[in-house]
Amino acid sequence: MIFDLTASVINGVLVGAIYGLAAIGLTLIFGVMNVINLMHGATIALGMFSLYLLTTAVGLNPYLAIVPVLLGGFVFGVLVYWIAVHRVIGSSDLMTLLATFAVNMIIIGVGTAVWTTSPYNVDVSVPQLAISMHGYTIPGTQIVAAVLAVILATLLYGLLYHTRLGKAIRAVANNRAAAELMGINTRWVLAISFGIGIAVAAGAGVLIATLFPFTILSGANYELKSFVVVVLGGLGDPAGAMLGGIVLGLIEGVTAPFVNVSWTPVIEFTLFVIILVLFPAGLLAFKWGRK
Amino acid sequence: MYKMFAGVLLALGVILPGMALAQKTITIGFTTSETGKLNADAAPQLRGFELWRDQVNADGGIKAGGTQYKVALKHYDDQSSAGRVQQLYTRLILQDNADFLFSPYSSGLTSTAAVVSEQFGKIMITTGAAEGKTYKLGNRYLFQMYTPADEYLTSALQAIKSKDPNAKIALVYSNDGFSKGAADGAAKAAKSMGLNVVLTESYAPNTTDFGPVINKIVSSGANVLIGGGHYADGSTLARQLYDKKSNLEFISLLVAPDIPKFASLGKAARGVTVPSQWEPTVAYKPDFGPTPEQFREMFQKKYNTLPGYHAAGGYAAGLVLQHAIEQAGSIKTPAVAKALNAMDATTAYGHIKFADGKQDHGLQVGHDMVLAQWQKGDDGKLHSKVVWPKSAANAKLVFPLTTYHQ
Repeated sequence: MIFDLTASVINGVLVGAIYGLAAIGLTLIFGVMNVINLMHGATIALGMFSLYLLTTAVGLNPYLAIVPVLLGGFVFGVLVYWIAVHRVIGSSDLMTLLATFAVNMIIIGVGTAVWTTSPYNVDVSVPQLAISMHGYTIPGTQIVAAVLAVILATLLYGLLYHTRLGKAIRAVANNRAAAELMGINTRWVLAISFGIGIAVAAGAGVLIATLFPFTILSGANYELKSFVVVVLGGLGDPAGAMLGGIVLGLIEGVTAPFVNVSWTPVIEFTLFVIILVLFPAGLLAFKWGRK
Repeated sequence: MYKMFAGVLLALGVILPGMALAQKTITIGFTTSETGKLNADAAPQLRGFELWRDQVNADGGIKAGGTQYKVALKHYDDQSSAGRVQQLYTRLILQDNADFLFSPYSSGLTSTAAVVSEQFGKIMITTGAAEGKTYKLGNRYLFQMYTPADEYLTSALQAIKSKDPNAKIALVYSNDGFSKGAADGAAKAAKSMGLNVVLTESYAPNTTDFGPVINKIVSSGANVLIGGGHYADGSTLARQLYDKKSNLEFISLLVAPDIPKFASLGKAARGVTVPSQWEPTVAYKPDFGPTPEQFREMFQKKYNTLPGYHAAGGYAAGLVLQHAIEQAGSIKTPAVAKALNAMDATTAYGHIKFADGKQDHGLQVGHDMVLAQWQKGDDGKLHSKVVWPKSAANAKLVFPLTTYHQ
């Protein structure tokens, strides 16, 4: 039992780090521009298929592929922002929700036409890093993906808190009008923030695709988990999102030995409601009932 | 007056030939999942329907009561959604005037379509839908092509018993109607065979991280695994069983390993078995229609890929309907239903017989399953081989897998 639990805890933390990275993209966009990005899942799926194309067509190492995917994701995000999101920023929440949902439907539609909904697989293995104990194995790919997720999250944290651009992003997130009065070009800051959010989601897609087969619809599952994670970590808080991801991964791992795993989603979403009621500002806020 | 008479004649001249032409076409309506999560499984089934239609029409159509009927397929994309199925089957019957129906892919969508087809008294040949529950609700016009779900894993259990009667079995399955039906049937069959099931675990159909499930399998001490669900979860489970070195001696998963793309999992696919409705290498001697070999060649020529059982099921659904219409000598529903009730025949897809009692009308009782296994061939590539029952096998079952993977 003790080995089962240990393996489940390790598995939970490793998978949770990737959930955390995926959620950072969602929470960043919400924090800066108050947009609930419903194309988040489709972007994760695009990241997965980008990895597939870069490894099969170009022959790139799967872990090096993350660099072009991040760059491509950023450019794609900025483009989507100018085309579909910018015009509806500041209008009702429903408008931004519908705008991103529309882009989501376009990506899923085109993706289904090109790749169908058949699963694709990227053959990655890092056997030298695999850990085995008493019949339980933690694959090397899972360790590498979690480490890369933490590195990417740390780099993003550094960008937000230790660079001029990061300061501008945080200023716009706090008070857009005041940031404009201080001479910050908020339109570009919003576009760049959206681009970063999309790039991070696509990067998370790459890491997930090194672990599991995927379809163009796979992102929806992670989008749903990302919403739970950002509520756990606090909307708009990247550090909280990483913590929330790890908490979610741990819940999935640690509950499994005790209950049937088909109950896991029920437990996750019950927790979602409880956190919303008791900690509406996220676990890091520690203020009961604060709005 | 003369002009009016000429006008009426002219109008009749235009309309009547059109009416005569329309009477020589039968419309078969169905929905298929061109988009959504069932797309990968539904696409080959559609190809099966279309190949049959093209061949029937090339041969002049279906002969019934001295009339040749060309076949027209009318289909819509159901987006893998039950809501769309309900809407579209109503449309197929009321607006498109479909004479007969085929089912959508999957047990869930078929049970929704069945409510509509029965309401309007239309014959629906169901394929890609193995759950048996739908046929126990007193329906009169449903006819099932697939072996029912509760018998799916029986061949795997027989193979396990022959190799290791003391096997510790983990029964791990997706929490959807079809997979649950298959797992319930397997649990009963295992009990009656005296086999030891040490773990019974279900998971949500959209599960992607099977780490917690695999840890449970290891903890249970199981040496064989049966279960799974559909393609997406089954292929993910197979890959993680390999990545996590689960050391299982036998793995049998529903549906996923029967799709040729499963081989793209590489080493993770090796040795995995699948209960299959049909395999291209079977050797049935058909009472009507092409032999399995001829069907395989025709399909491969048209689509450049080998047919799996989804495609064979689709093709055979058309073939069975055609045979029933020809036997009935009519396209009227009661006559064709009577011919279907009496059917007891073998096609390229295998033996077909429908239950005709009130309790389980339309349930497939004639068709047998085989067990296929992905094995490495002399060319170094993976090939799907029939390994059970021994009478239908074209390769030996690899057991245990632990040495095979080394």
